[in-house]
Order: sequence, then structure tokens, then C-alpha cells
Amino acid sequence: MSLDSPFPLNGAMLHARSDGALYWPDRETLIVADLHLEKGSAFASATGQMLPPYDSRATLTALRQAMAATRPKRVICLGDSFHDIRAAARLTPQDRDQLVGLTRQCDWVWIAGNHDPAPPADLGGIVLEEVVDGPLVFRHEASPQAGAGEISGHFHPKAAIETRARRLSARCFVEDSRRLILPAFGAYTGGLSVWDTAISGLFPKGFTVHLALRQGVLRVPRSRLRKAA
Amino acid sequence: MSGLAGTGGGAILCRTMNDLPAPIPARFADWFASRGWAPHPHQMDMLAADRRGDHALLIAPTGGGKTLAGFLPSLIDLAENPTEGIHTIYISPLKALAVDIQRNLTLPVEEMGLDIRIETRTGDTPANRRKRQREAPPQILLTTPESLALLIASPDSFDFFASLKRIVVDETHALVGTKRGDHLSLCLARLSAIAPGVKRIGLSATVAWPEALRAYIAPDADPDSVPVIKGGGAKRADIRILDTKERLPWSGHYGLHAVPEIYEEIKKTGTAIVFVNTRAQAELLFQALWHANEDALPIALHHGSLAREQRRKVEAAMAAGSLRAVVATSSLDLGIDWAAVDLVVQVGPPKGVSRLIQRIGRAGHRLDVPSRALLVPCNRFEVLECRCAIDGVDQGTLDGDPPRDGGLDVLAQHIMSLACAAPLRPDEIHAEIVRAEPYRNLDRATFDDVLRFVADGGYALQSYDRWKKLFHTAAGTYEVANPKLAHRHRMNIGTIVEAVTLKVRMRGGGGTLGEIEEYFVTMMEPGDTFVFAGRLLRYEGIKQTAVEVTPARGGDPKVPSYMGGRMPFTTHLSERVREALSDPASWQGLPDQVHEWLRLQQWRSVLPGPDGLLVETFPRGGKEYLVAYSFAGRNAHQTLGMLLTRRMERMGLAPLGFVASDYVIAVWSLHPAKDMESLFDEDMLGDDLEAWMEESSLMRRTFRNVAVIAGLIERRQPGQEKTGRQVTFNSDLIYDVLRRHEPNHVLLRATRADARTGMIDVERLAEFLRRAKQGIRHRRLDRVSPLAVPILLEVGKEAVYGDAEDQLFDELAQELIDEAMHMDPQGGLPL
Repeated sequence: MSLDSPFPLNGAMLHARSDGALYWPDRETLIVADLHLEKGSAFASATGQMLPPYDSRATLTALRQAMAATRPKRVICLGDSFHDIRAAARLTPQDRDQLVGLTRQCDWVWIAGNHDPAPPADLGGIVLEEVVDGPLVFRHEASPQAGAGEISGHFHPKAAIETRARRLSARCFVEDSRRLILPAFGAYTGGLSVWDTAISGLFPKGFTVHLALRQGVLRVPRSRLRKAA
Repeated sequence: MSGLAGTGGGAILCRTMNDLPAPIPARFADWFASRGWAPHPHQMDMLAADRRGDHALLIAPTGGGKTLAGFLPSLIDLAENPTEGIHTIYISPLKALAVDIQRNLTLPVEEMGLDIRIETRTGDTPANRRKRQREAPPQILLTTPESLALLIASPDSFDFFASLKRIVVDETHALVGTKRGDHLSLCLARLSAIAPGVKRIGLSATVAWPEALRAYIAPDADPDSVPVIKGGGAKRADIRILDTKERLPWSGHYGLHAVPEIYEEIKKTGTAIVFVNTRAQAELLFQALWHANEDALPIALHHGSLAREQRRKVEAAMAAGSLRAVVATSSLDLGIDWAAVDLVVQVGPPKGVSRLIQRIGRAGHRLDVPSRALLVPCNRFEVLECRCAIDGVDQGTLDGDPPRDGGLDVLAQHIMSLACAAPLRPDEIHAEIVRAEPYRNLDRATFDDVLRFVADGGYALQSYDRWKKLFHTAAGTYEVANPKLAHRHRMNIGTIVEAVTLKVRMRGGGGTLGEIEEYFVTMMEPGDTFVFAGRLLRYEGIKQTAVEVTPARGGDPKVPSYMGGRMPFTTHLSERVREALSDPASWQGLPDQVHEWLRLQQWRSVLPGPDGLLVETFPRGGKEYLVAYSFAGRNAHQTLGMLLTRRMERMGLAPLGFVASDYVIAVWSLHPAKDMESLFDEDMLGDDLEAWMEESSLMRRTFRNVAVIAGLIERRQPGQEKTGRQVTFNSDLIYDVLRRHEPNHVLLRATRADARTGMIDVERLAEFLRRAKQGIRHRRLDRVSPLAVPILLEVGKEAVYGDAEDQLFDELAQELIDEAMHMDPQGGLPL
């Protein structure tokens, strides 16, 4: 089983990776959604839950590895890259340096999300509401009216499949060849079942899921998925 | 518990009025006399210990008037020296028990005209009553460990408990060695710190390690300071094994083959409890009994997932004597006594001698009448196990694991509770905590680590300085940084981390039937039928966090499975089974079918000996099987299976899977294993184990519990119930991140400690490997041996552990590809 699962979307060939990132070889572009940097410290300050303060580091490390594997000319972050508007200021100097090091490697686009309507300008890269490139359009949240070729994040999709032994549940890519929603890439990000109407409602004609498991990506037709409660 | 001097009334009169020793006041003596009762000797002994100023541990079988023995000193003290404020606090592991005790205690108090207020305080107590209790405390407060912990996490606790004289811990044996027990021990240490003269009384069933119980009750962990008082002799028991006329199954765990015979027993008996080991088994057996119930006998079902009202109804009907039988799980193991149970039927193996003794103690309530019990083995191995358990009961050998050290997650929660009550002085708190038995070995460095975890997470990267939960003052104390944090903490007190459940409701009204694990619900599609609460139901869908169902007819129902439904197999009992197997002289009295099975094994292979390890290998269906008769219990066997397959992989044997029972493990591979010595070498407990454990989904589940108890992840937030699903998802990620960046973090230490004795059971595995070193007998066979048949029948039925995930992934990937590429070789023709 390979580490990624290729599929076409509005004519573009895309690769879903087991780390939750998407690669578009034709444009040498790596796409990630919902990094939620500094989610850990947001919890510590708001609720007193002292989660391990290494989530940004873990997320950035995974991103660096994805970049090392694909050598992209451009990275697009699909929004909610920062957990809240003060998140960038809370990055440790080390994490901040690592991030700046990454944004300098190639073209970098921060798409604005609901958690980070105005991503910081001082970390490299440019901020855009959306990106249109050939057959594809990149934005944070799927638009019900969008035409074919939309790629977005926001919902943190996850799905489960029944095996002979137990249920395997994981974050996933959801697509119907016209529209694609990426899983969250951030280290502490939770998930929303693809059966939730917020997600399934965007795919009235059904969808295919690419489960991002540790071992690789599984392409699973809708009929094989378990209806989660 | 209900019986003060035992509901047997006159039959258990042990002394006449004239023999009464001096210390019992006239009012009490008169009351006993008016009922035609006399105090039991152990009740008088408890009183005497109290007059001497001693703590006490009362060990008595069920129904021996244990509870009154525990309360008599308090009642007499309060009668002689009426005081305001809390005098006695009673702690029980079950809410229902506290309620039951209140009822049974209020009666004599009223009849004696004593002015003593007795109240319960549990999670079910309404807020206004809780408030009133704080303002005007009752003299006797009946509560649970969790409600006590909540009281302790408050600045009022010092005033509230200042007058406390006595603590009564009921069912101590069920608490010691668990996280709830750890938690309670810390709370008791706090009570002793607030009211230094407080006396402790422990009530317990008979256990294998009374010393540990004494130390637990002792305020300074010194067993010698707690005299043991024995109540009554162990009751005689008349236990039989069902010698079924049916074909005894080779495998399986439901006992359905014996339903007609169990039904006949119920018909012959006044009232019976039919104990089973899992809720799924309870549902199935109840269904089957119901079908067999031609005489329409009143038979009920009782297990922990049923709605509380349903359970209360069954309990009340049972107490009123209007039921002929109740099918129950361990939800009836503790506490509430039934007036008259004539027979206990245990379906499936008891898994431990002590557990069997407690269960059969439910029958024949009167001390002078032997308990009658019938054991129903579900398969051939279970016949042996039942036989051995009966021998154990006859010889009075008890089992159960001795308690282990207290959990650091529980300690973290408690430290936060103490900080919510008053500013902490680390030196004082450490001294207080090591007086609790489970924490007597807690060194200062570990304590400081836990304290730091509570204060700011305890990470090397000190990025949470700004949001510390505990503020270190110039005076050297630690204080909770803001009241909101204390409030949140109180919402999360307790050590019971439950699986997420959903209510089951009849569509169109009709109330709640009970709760079912969310995991099970996710496996159903609308229209599926399942068995629950003794009924066949059709799943309709989810509506507002409840499962909607309608009555169903026919179909092939699913049966809910529950996590943790399996009981651990005690080492003691497994030793007995092993010895019995190896000694044909001990087979006397075993059913013919079992006899024949073992003879056949002797002839076709060899019997496992009392020492060493028997390993059989044989080919079957193109695969090579290895069966090891290791008798180390299912948990240790699952771990062993993971380690063996790793090793076989390295040896190039291409292992394909394994399956484990309490008795044996079977592994299959493409190539036969030959070098048993190196396969079972002890060194597998080194790097292999470490590497596997870290990745294991059991560790993740264990970590989640630890993280919730320690307060790293909240159970719920004010005004918002988080679903357990979200908690699970997050905790896995947190575990991965923490493991990578701080492998020695205090929560990971707590997780490993839990795992070693719990689901992964390394201790027992190590013991087994040491034993294997005494000599491995390897039998190469040309086909499966009789003794190996039961485990091979489990193949495919048993769930694979999460850690075979790689294997599952490959299978699944292939399956999906096959599906996608599906080409019908017959071209659609019915050839």
C-alpha cells in the first residue's frame, strides 16, 4: 500500500497523503488545512487544562516532513492555521523560527479562516481570501454554490470503517470528483463525522472517503463506511 | 446488609438476654429483646473495640449483621452523648447501598426513640438538600467516595468535619486496590488531619489479604493498629456442577445449551439468582429462559446498563419475594441483601474462588443454613475451572491480587482538591498523603512532580507560566489561581471514567429502558434488531442523544457487547486448573464427556504438566498452528500473542494471527516454529515489550483514563457535556505528542504503571516466562489435539486486539482493492 492515494478532481490529479496533506504534482503545490497552531496554549489559558505544550512543534515538524517528501514550489494553508488571533504571539521563539524557515522555502499562501481572519503578516507568505488556479479553487470553507474544483478545509472530517475485528476510525479526505474537503492537519485537532449533515449535505450525490491512517491512505467508497451515530 | 441481626430472626439467636455483656445500654438491649433478637458476638466485639478506643476491621460473610456492627458504636455514643454536627460518616461503593442502609438504620433509631438524624449524600441528592446538609449536617452521613471527595474539595470542609468521631467504610474489599480505593484513602487521610481523634471501622467480606485491608483502614498505614474482628464462621456451602444431559459444547461462553436444565432448577426452587459474567450473556440467557418459560414464572433481568428505575423495580420485587428468578451480572455482587434466595446458579466460570464465595453467599440467607449453588459450565475447560473453584471453596482458599501502589493520576486530582479547600503547604501535604496506605511509599521527588503537574502541567518547556493553576505564594504555599478553576475542578471529581453511553428509548414514549454503549450504536443501521433489557428491539435512529427503538419481531438480533465485561482469571484458580489437568487421579467426578476428552488428549498428545510449558504444533488447512498451554489469563495472553508474533516475524515464520483464552494461546503462521526456547525466551520482555507497549491502543486507552482522572482532559465543562468520542480522539493525539517530547512525564509514568498490572498484565506474563524456563515440552503433531480444539474454535470469533492494526490494514486494503476490481469469473452465469 502506498503512502498516498491519487484521484482526479475537476481534471486535476491530486494525491491524498497519510499525514493529512494534499499534493498537486502538476503545480508542485502542497496543501494543508486547519493547522490550529497554539491550540494547546489556548486551552491552558482559557480552561486550565495544561495539555502538553508541544502541539505547534509537532504540527510544524509534520509539515516540514511533508515538504521534504514533496519538495513543493508552493504551500497553501487552507485557513485556521492559527487557533486564535493571539496564537502567533504565543509561539515559542523556536517554533516561530521553524515556521519562518518553512515559509522562506517556497511560495506560501495563508488563506484566512474563521479562527484566523487575519493571519499574521510577519511570518512570511501572503494572505488571501481564496486562490484560483486552473481547474481548482482553494478556500477555507466549502461554499454550497461553488462549481466543480473546490478544495477546502474547516470541517475536520473523519470517518470509520468496520473491519472483521473492530472499527478503524481516522481523519479523512472527502470528495465527489467535483469538491474536496481536507482533514485537519494540526496535532490536537478533533474531528467531525462525514455523516454529519454539515459535511454530507455538501455532497448530495454521495462521496468517496480517503482515510488517512498511520499505515497509509485507504480509499473507501461511501457504501463501506459505517454510519456513525 | 438489611438484616440488623440477620433477617433469619429467632433462628440466629446466639445468646439470651442474660448473657449480654455490660457495655450495651438498656435502651438497645430492650430493643433487641423486643424483636426477639440478640446482638451477634462480633457486634459486641466491635463495641468492645470501640470502648477501648481502637479502630477495627470487621470481616464477615454477607448477611451477618455487619452493618449494624459498624454503626452500633456510633448509635450508642450518640444516645449517651447527643451532639450536633457530623458524628459518623459512612462510605459505600454503591449509592443504592447508602440508601438501603438509611432505611434499615432509621427504623431502629425511631423505635428506640433516639434523636439522631441519618441522611444520604450522593450524586442523586438534590442541590437544596445538599445545601441544607452543609448548613445543618446530620449526625450520621451516608455517602460514596465521590461525594466525600467533593465535600473535601471545599473550604467548608474544615468546619464541616471538625466534629467527626467515626468513619465506617463498607465493602472495603471492593474498594481496596482500585482507583476509587486510592481516592478514598487520600480522603480518609484528610479527614484524620481535620479530626485527629477520628476512629475508623472497616467492613469487609473475607479476602485473601486481610493484612492489606488492615493497613488500608489504619490511619497511618500500620496494620497492627487495626484489630480484626471475625463475624460468624464461613457459611457452609452445598455446591454442585450441572451434569448436563446435553452435549457439552467445545467452546462458547453463553451456556445456552443448559437453558432447559436451568429452567427445571428454577421451577424446583423458591427463588433463584442466575449469575452470569457479562451483560451480553445476561441478555441472551434471559431471552432463552423466557422462551423456555412455559409456566410463565416471574423471571427478571438485572444488569448495570438498565435504567435505574428498572433495576429498582426488580430489586423491590425480589425483596418482596414476588420473583422466582433474576438473571444478573456483578451489579448484584455487592450490597443489597435479598430476603430469601434459595439457590444461586452461576452460569459460566466464576474466574476466582473469592468471587464464587461472595456470589453463593447470596443464597440461604440464614447463617445456619448452607448456601445452595449450582455451577453451569459453558464449555469443557469451564468444567475443570468450576470443579477447581469448588475445591477452592471447600478448602477455604481465597484469591485475588494484593493491592498495588496508589495511582499518581488519583493523587494529582486529590492535590487539586486539597488546594481548592485551603492553600497548600507541600511539606504538610506530603506528610498527610504518605499516611494513606496506597501512598505510603510515595517519595518526595515523585510527590513534587505530581504537584508541579497540577500547578502548570509539569512540562520541561515552561510555556504555561502565565496560566498556572496553582500560584506559588511568597509564604511558600500554593493557591488556586482563580475561583473558576476550583469550580471546574469540582465538576470533574471522581475516578470512574465511564464509556460514553446513550439512553435507549421506546419511540412514542414509554420511558428509558437503559443505557447502551455508543460504540455499539455506531455499528447499527436503522432497521437492525438487537436484544436489550430482555426485549427484542428495532433500531430506528438517534434522537437528541437517545437511541430510539421500537419493539421488533424475529430477525437475527445483535447482542450488545460491553467493554471490560470480562473478569480477570485469578492466578490461584489457574494454578488449580493446571494441577487438576495434570493429575488424572483428580478427574473423579468430572462429567463423562470431559473425562473422555482428557483421555483422548493423553492418547493423542500429552497433558500439560504442573510445571514447565507444553507447546503443541501441527499443520491444519495449509497453515501451521502453535498452541501453548500457558494458563496466565487472557490479558497476559493477549500481550504474549503480540510479542510472539513479532518474534516469529523476525524468525521468518510469517505469522498470520493469534487468539487467546484464559488458558491457552494459539498462533498460526505459514511456516512451523521449531526453536521453542528462543521463541519463549524471557528477553521478549525487554525492548520488544517496550516498543509494543508504547504503540499499543491499550496504552492509549489507559492514558485517556489517567489524563481524565488527573485533570489534563476535562470530563465535562460547566454547562456543556463533552462527548467521550471527542475525548478519545484528542487524548490519542496528546498521548503521541507527549510521548515524543516528554517520555518521562508523570502522566506517562502513571499510564505505564496502570498498564503493567491491568490490561497488559506484564507481571503475570513475566511469571509465566520464568516458569517456561523450567522446561518446554514441544509435541509435534500431525493434526489438532483434543485439548487444542476449543481455542481453534475461537479463531475468527475472538476480536483481534487493536494492535493488530497493521494486519487489519493490509487485509482491508486488499479487500477494498478486490471489491473495486471485482470481476465475476463466471461471467454472471450460474455455472
